[in-house]
Amino acid sequence: MTAEPASIIGASVERLEDRPLVTGRGRFAGDVSFVHQLHMRIVRSAYAHARLKAVATEAARALPGVVAVWTADDIADLSPIDFREGPNEKLAPFRQPVLAREYVRYAGEPVAAVFATDPYIAEDAADLVTIEADELDAVIDASIPASEFTAGLTTEPTVCRQGYGDVAAAFREAANVIDMDLSVGRHSGVPLETRGAIGHYDAARDVLELHGAAKVPHKNREAMARMFGRSTAGVHLYEGHVGGGFGVRGEIYPEDILVLVAAMRLGRPVKWLEDRREHMIAANHSRQQRHRIRAAVDAQGRLIGIDDAFFHDQGAYIRTHGTRVADTACGILPGPYRLPHYRVDAHFRLTNKTPAATYRSPGRYETNFVRERLMDAIALKLGLSRIEVRRRNLVSPEEMPYERPLVALGDEVVLDSGDYEGLLNKALERCEWDRLEREAAERRKAGEYVGLGLAMYVEKSGLGPIDGARVNVHTNGDVEVITGGASVGQGFETVIAQVCAETLGTDYRRIRVVHGRTDRIEYGIGAHATRATVMTANATAVAAGKVRAKALDMAAQLLQTEPSKLTIRDGRVVNSDGSDSAGMPLGDLAHHLRPLSSTRGEREPGLAAEGWFTTSHMTYPYGVQVALVKIDPGTGGVHIEKMLIAFDIGRAINPMLVRGQLVGGFAQGLGGALFEEFQYDERGQPLSVTFADYLMPTAHEVPEVDVLIAEDAASTTNPLGIKGAGEGGIAAVGAVIASAVDDALGGKGLITQIPITPQALKAIIDGQKS
Amino acid sequence: MSGRTSDPREITLSINGTVHKVAVEPRRTLVDVIRDDCGQTGTHIGCEHGVCGACTVLVDDEPLRSCLMFAVQADGRSIRTVEGLQTGDALHPMQEAFMRYHALQCGFCTPGFLMLAVAALEKRPDLNREELVDILSSNLCRCTGYENIVKAVCAAAADMKANLDASP
Repeated sequence: MTAEPASIIGASVERLEDRPLVTGRGRFAGDVSFVHQLHMRIVRSAYAHARLKAVATEAARALPGVVAVWTADDIADLSPIDFREGPNEKLAPFRQPVLAREYVRYAGEPVAAVFATDPYIAEDAADLVTIEADELDAVIDASIPASEFTAGLTTEPTVCRQGYGDVAAAFREAANVIDMDLSVGRHSGVPLETRGAIGHYDAARDVLELHGAAKVPHKNREAMARMFGRSTAGVHLYEGHVGGGFGVRGEIYPEDILVLVAAMRLGRPVKWLEDRREHMIAANHSRQQRHRIRAAVDAQGRLIGIDDAFFHDQGAYIRTHGTRVADTACGILPGPYRLPHYRVDAHFRLTNKTPAATYRSPGRYETNFVRERLMDAIALKLGLSRIEVRRRNLVSPEEMPYERPLVALGDEVVLDSGDYEGLLNKALERCEWDRLEREAAERRKAGEYVGLGLAMYVEKSGLGPIDGARVNVHTNGDVEVITGGASVGQGFETVIAQVCAETLGTDYRRIRVVHGRTDRIEYGIGAHATRATVMTANATAVAAGKVRAKALDMAAQLLQTEPSKLTIRDGRVVNSDGSDSAGMPLGDLAHHLRPLSSTRGEREPGLAAEGWFTTSHMTYPYGVQVALVKIDPGTGGVHIEKMLIAFDIGRAINPMLVRGQLVGGFAQGLGGALFEEFQYDERGQPLSVTFADYLMPTAHEVPEVDVLIAEDAASTTNPLGIKGAGEGGIAAVGAVIASAVDDALGGKGLITQIPITPQALKAIIDGQKS
Repeated sequence: MSGRTSDPREITLSINGTVHKVAVEPRRTLVDVIRDDCGQTGTHIGCEHGVCGACTVLVDDEPLRSCLMFAVQADGRSIRTVEGLQTGDALHPMQEAFMRYHALQCGFCTPGFLMLAVAALEKRPDLNREELVDILSSNLCRCTGYENIVKAVCAAAADMKANLDASP
């Protein structure tokens, strides 16, 4: 008997991605250059809202080195930027034009584009473009009555509505009604690498190339091909290294379209790199919502109904995501709790701010904050502990799969598996909740502002419906997995290689994973909505399974045995019983399967196969977060003394990377809870345009995080049983920090908005003292 | 037309021991010249106003934000970038530790952190964890939550010190 080698799935192996990145040999957008390239600089509106009268470009054109300066008139044939999911007649009038025409609707909106031989010259020339306009009143609050977007259209393009049951009846029979007004600030992904796009038209092949692509190259290729009236075979996107995505990077923005059009019309490659100030006012914002929410609760603290009306601050235009964030918020708001009756109206409002879309855990970061504030308020009102009120409402394992008549990301919500109370118990035990609670109370009595917070949540992942991958073994034994996935730095290559290695019985370090290349594979889902591992890994496992079968079949013929008596270890086909130590290397079998090989027989040439994975529903990981905080009453600053994230992801392929995702997400969430906010003045001028005024957490602010990775509830929607981890760290941080800070202030429900700024906290504390 | 202050000036930069003679406009930042004129793209640009530290390089062994310095100010000085950390195929202990501790995800901020940490520890090999956190808090990372960066730097500190003690 030979012992089976330990599974590579579940092993915290080092990443395949790291070596070029630690040696300075990465290839980020800024590192891509073409001979004879031009550099683009965007002239942006300084007005938040104005009617354009004239855009003067003569002085800029006259500058030596400037090749062209475009305004809307120069690209009048281009449509506004369309929605990823295809045309939507109702929302179409609110799409963003590539360059502003007639009106500018946010400070930062592209008005003109300068093309020059040098980036410094392009910037000089952009300064010479002058915009003449009549300034109009700016709308900066999404919750005031809707006004006029343009003649005949209001600033409320739509109201997203979801719900079920009889909410009016729920409130009639309620023993208690809790009413809250809760707000989430405007923040965003803010990756360390700003956006970049390099357009290149290869006339010899008649192929239009976009370099610097990310997130959803295949979907963007389709949309771009539609926009330019080209076949998808004549448009290719290339993803290099991506300096953080977080939902923001990789959408189609005006700049992406401009470099492509300019590459075709000016006949030279065009490179655009965003500067940081531009990023803060041009890339998608996210999060900002104000919820007016009411809960109907019975005498025991059980939810009977929720009635929520919220205002979603979309900013100036509807970008590629359409109404997805607001829709998702509606569909996911109930979280892990039973909710018999539910009604939600999402007022999707336009304001004169940078347009918004997804940021890691869109719709959940916001609603987890809202719902968990509500649960704390119910506990307070009924005199129950915050734990007990949650226990009484949690969906139980026996109720799984738990269907809700709701939709999130266009998918019916079916919670596939989970033991929410089980994870709660594990988390409470791990952090010693009772002791922490007792100690916090004692310290508060002694005058300290110390508080303990808890939040529970359900995440979603693995948005389908289908993804494919191709596995190809080369004659030297190296393996290539060609996927339509994308890497935004999460460790995609390593995880896919691990899954392939597990099935194929080869060293994961001999596996090369291709992603983000539309010229290598026809379809792909990219990397968003925590789907890459679930979808692409399962497709990879299918393809690798076929390759394995083919290798065993070929080897069986050569070794004159049965495939069932063979297995693959360390890249060699060997007898399962361990009787033949040498075996046949996979590379040799690939050699036998060459088209011209005489031993191939009737088999399809190549030791390669394609695999597809289809799923009808998303899969739902879930978590519990606990935070212990201390407020400095003198400054209003919040210090995190202890932080726990317990998260059930069904099955961890690489626990080290899972942990990395959870802790990294937590740090971003902490930013949104305490520091980060895109602020505007009353004229719609952005006030947070540098890292000096948009404050992201540093190594000082982020505490050590205790991470409990649970694998108790395997996903029932995919063979590997996996759920995604990408957004589980960030999703409930606003909720848990608010709960803890509130507790530190005496648990009175005073925290109703995030970020919780030092100014706001100090004002509350000073108010309490006087 | 000669003699304008904006005319390119001949400067000499030593980058990782290789001498680059380049003609640059005085307004060009050091990071742009390192990347575009000298072709060393391992040094990254994250904010261009000296906050994020992605562009940290060592100028005469001092960690500096290369976005805040003009290339002409570095004329004749010795510059070290991430490309120069390894010796042949052997990675620097700091690079090894970053890989071992999963201290990078997207890797964009990584060169800045590597250079910052190496400079600090070359000067003061005995820095403790608290002091290192203090130094590392001058750079931004958006992926990792810093925990693994701190762990990696602490581990590399020990490795660097051991190497130092082992060398004659």
